[in-house]
Amino acid sequence: MNNFVILPILLPLLSGILMFFIRRQIRLQEALAVAGLLSTIIASLLMVSTISDNGIQILNMGGWEAPFGISLVADMLAGLLVATASVVTLICVLYAFYSTNQDRKKFYIYPLIMFLLCGVNGSFLTGDIFNLFVFFEVMLISSYALISLGGGKIQLRETIKYVITNIIASSMFVIAIAYLYSITGTLNMAHLSERVALAGQDGLITTVSLLFLIVFGLKAGLLLFFWLPGSYSAPPAAISALFAALLTKVGIYAIMRMFTLIFYHQSELTHTILVWMSALTMILGAVGAIAYTDIRRILAYNVIVSVGFIVFGVAVASEASLNGAVFYLIHDMLAKALVFILGGAIISIAGTDKLRDMPGLIRFRPTLGWLFFLSALALAGVPPLSGFVGKVMILQGGVEQRYYVMAAVGLITSLLVLYSAMKIFINSFWGETLLSEGEEKSSGKGYLLPGSILAALIIGLGIGAEPVMEYVRQAVEVMLNPTLYIEAVLPQTDI
Amino acid sequence: MKFTDVILQTSTKILVFIILTFSIYVMFAGHHNPGGGFIGGLITASALILLYIAFDVKTVHEIIPVDFKIVGALGVLIALLTGIGSMVLGYPFLSQTFAYKTLPLFGKTELATAVIFDLGVYMAVVGTTMTIILSIGEDE
Repeated sequence: MNNFVILPILLPLLSGILMFFIRRQIRLQEALAVAGLLSTIIASLLMVSTISDNGIQILNMGGWEAPFGISLVADMLAGLLVATASVVTLICVLYAFYSTNQDRKKFYIYPLIMFLLCGVNGSFLTGDIFNLFVFFEVMLISSYALISLGGGKIQLRETIKYVITNIIASSMFVIAIAYLYSITGTLNMAHLSERVALAGQDGLITTVSLLFLIVFGLKAGLLLFFWLPGSYSAPPAAISALFAALLTKVGIYAIMRMFTLIFYHQSELTHTILVWMSALTMILGAVGAIAYTDIRRILAYNVIVSVGFIVFGVAVASEASLNGAVFYLIHDMLAKALVFILGGAIISIAGTDKLRDMPGLIRFRPTLGWLFFLSALALAGVPPLSGFVGKVMILQGGVEQRYYVMAAVGLITSLLVLYSAMKIFINSFWGETLLSEGEEKSSGKGYLLPGSILAALIIGLGIGAEPVMEYVRQAVEVMLNPTLYIEAVLPQTDI
Repeated sequence: MKFTDVILQTSTKILVFIILTFSIYVMFAGHHNPGGGFIGGLITASALILLYIAFDVKTVHEIIPVDFKIVGALGVLIALLTGIGSMVLGYPFLSQTFAYKTLPLFGKTELATAVIFDLGVYMAVVGTTMTIILSIGEDE
C-alpha cells in the first residue's frame, strides 16, 4: 500500500474544486492552478523515483484487496506518462493566462483543465478496466466543456461531432467491458491478464479485443480519426495544445496496456491488424498534413501521423520498438504542445490561419520564428532533439522484425511531416513583411515562457536521452513480462 | 399566477416535506440498506424541481437563496476530504470505519464515516442536478 499513488489524481481534482469557490477572482484561480500543478509534478516525480527504486507501487482503495476492490497501479510506464502529462498541463496553463479571454476564464476554464488532468492521470494509473472507463469519462466530459466554451458557430458544430463520436465510442467501451466480464468474471487488469492466459485467448476473446481496438482507435485517432482535425481546431490555442498533447495519448496508452498486458496471445492476428492500421494512419495523416493550407489543420494532421508512428512501435512489440514507442510518446506530448502553442501564437499575431495570407513575420518576431523552426525539426526527429532517439529505436525494431515496408512508410511520412511544418515556417516567416510594426492583430504575447520551457525540455530530452532511457527500459520490462505486473498487484496465494 | 395552479401549489406545499423527509431517510439508510447519497440527492432534487414547477423561479430562489454550483462543489470537497482523512491517518485512500456510541435521544447508534462521504455525494448530486435543470429552465 502506498498512498502516494493517488496524489497525481487527487491534487488536480482538489485544486479544481477549490476554484469553484473563487469564481470571480481570476488571479487567485491562476495562482491556485500553478500551485496545484506544481505539487502534482513534484508528487509524480517522487513517484517515478520510488518506482525506480522499489518497483511497482500499488494502492488498494479503501483497503479492499486486489481482485475485489479497485487498485491503482503505478508502474514505470504510468509514472513517466503521469509526470509528462502534469508538466505539459502546467505549461499549457501558463500559455492560457495570456491567450484566453476573460469570458472563458470566468466560465471555469481552469477547473475544467484540472479535471481533465485528473482524468488523464487516473487513466494512466488505474489497474481496473471499468475504472479506466470512468477516468476516460472524467477526461472526456471536461474536454466536451472545454471545446464548447465560447459558444460560437464553430464551437457548436465541432462539439456536436466530437460528443457524438465519443459517446458512441464510450458505449462500445462499456459493451466490450461487459463482454470481457461475462467471459472472464473479473475487471482487475492483472487478474484479467492471468485469467485470459489460463483460459487461452480463443476466438471470442480475440473478437472482444478487436472491439477494444476500435474503441481506443477512435479515442486515439488511430485510423478512425475523421473527428480529430475539426475538433482540435475549434478551441483556443492553449486548449487545443492540451488536447493534442494529452487526449490521443491516453488512447495510445490504453492500446499499449491492453495489447501488452491482456491480449498478447494472438499477436499474428491482433498485432498484424495494428501494424496495418498504424501504416494507413501514417499515410493518410501525412496526406492531410500536405494537402491543407491552414495552420490548424496541418498541425492536427501531424498529431495523426505521430499516433500512427507510436502504434507501429507498439504493434511490432519487440524490445527495441517498445522502448522507442514509450520514449517517442513522451517526446510527442512535449513536441505537440510546443508546436500547437507556437501555431496559436502565429495565428493570433497574423489574425488568420490561412498560409496564403500570412505576412513575413521573421523581421519583428525572430524568437517565435526560430522556436517554430526548432519545433518543426523536433517533429521530424532531427538528431540533437528528442524525436530522433525514439524514431531510431522504433524503426530499428521494425526492421529487425522484417516490417520493411512499414518502416519505409514511417521514414517517408516523417519527411512529409518535416515538409508540412516547413511549409508553415516558410509561408508565415519568410517573404515580404505585410504587416508593419504595431499593426499586428495582437501581440501574441505569452508564448515565450511556455515555448522556451518546452523547447528546453525537448533539447534536454534529446541530449540526456541515456538517463531517461534507463527509466524507459524499466517501463518496457513490465510491458514485456506481464507476470511482473500481475505479481505486484495480486496477493500471492498458494492454489 | 394562473388560477389552475392552486391545486398544484397546495399539494406541493405538503408533498415537498414528505419527499424531503424520505430523501433524508434514504440517504442515511445508504451504507446498510438500499439507498445512499446518490439516490437521496436525486429525490431531494425532485422535491426542489416540484417547487420550481408549482411556483416560479424567482419565488423559489427567494425561499432557497443558494447557488447550487457551490453546493455541488462543496459536496465533492466533503467527499474528497473523507478520503484524505483516511490518508492522513495512514490508511489507504477512502478507507471507512464505524463505531457504536450512545447518544442522548437516539440511544445506542452506529456512527459510520461512510455517512460523511454519502453526505458529500448527496450534496454533489443535488448541486449538479439543480444546476443542469435550472440552466436549461432559465434560458428563455
